[in-house]
Amino acid sequence: MKQFEALTRKKDSEPVRYLIVDDSVFARKSLAKMIESFGGQVIGEAGDGCTAITEYARTKPDIVLMDITMPQMEGIEAVERIVQEHPDARIVMVSSVGYQDNILAALQKGARHFVQKPVKPDALYEIIRYVLNDDGVTAAVGAGEEKSR
Amino acid sequence: MKMELIQPFIGSLDAVLAEMMQTPAKIADLTMEVDGYRRKGTAAVVTFRGQIEGRVILDMDPSAAAHVAACLFGKEVGPTEPLVRETVCELANMVIGNAVTQLNDRGFQFKVLPPEVLTQEECAKAGNDSEATVLCFETSNGRVYLNIAMKYLQRRTRERSAVPVA
Repeated sequence: MKQFEALTRKKDSEPVRYLIVDDSVFARKSLAKMIESFGGQVIGEAGDGCTAITEYARTKPDIVLMDITMPQMEGIEAVERIVQEHPDARIVMVSSVGYQDNILAALQKGARHFVQKPVKPDALYEIIRYVLNDDGVTAAVGAGEEKSR
Repeated sequence: MKMELIQPFIGSLDAVLAEMMQTPAKIADLTMEVDGYRRKGTAAVVTFRGQIEGRVILDMDPSAAAHVAACLFGKEVGPTEPLVRETVCELANMVIGNAVTQLNDRGFQFKVLPPEVLTQEECAKAGNDSEATVLCFETSNGRVYLNIAMKYLQRRTRERSAVPVA
């Protein structure tokens, strides 16, 4: 897989920390490989919305990648519950179903962005950069790009 | 079955296979089936409810499914390992999710149930008055089948609109 310039946290230059939420082991593995190629660190995984809420509170990730259709609690409800508790949460929805109603509902509940499966690494990389830069809290690009500025 | 219902699935399967198998796929055959479906390899089924009702089965030759799983997991995966079934389920989710998105954006309203692994050798036909379209895609790692059995329930929409509002 293509290697990307590492995304790091501005505050401490540590790798960006991710929580992956998807009921499919295949999808979680696929996203984890992409995160590795971005220089990130997977600090937690969850297979449903309920577990995602507890894992978020436990791990406090920089980014959550959240599926929509899952057992027990769907992604959009999990987004709402996480954002209520943690208004700064940066959640990117990752779903194969990308029709407007779903996207709007997720954004209204507090998700920051949406990417449709199958996920293209380049697209996800740009979205994560955008979401991290969005409020200027933890955004930082790799050292190579910093030098070129 | 209306072609406008099938077309999104063809485009979606083509795109997902190209992305996940890193190899081109071409349509090798297109047939109609009036009887139930006989599974050919590792398969997952997704069911629809709403204005469109029916189901779609993604069925992959064991070699094709094992190839996708091996690409992702970075190791040899035997065709009967649970990872292969998991892989086919997620591919079905992607293919059908992408097609459903296109249909939904064209105004068709329906709900998609999560994919399930198809374990039986034979699957009953989707309905008494429905036939299935079976698309066969050829890849360098084996064949991939998409069995689409669904119908547009326009009648239901008319019935709903005929009910007087209290």
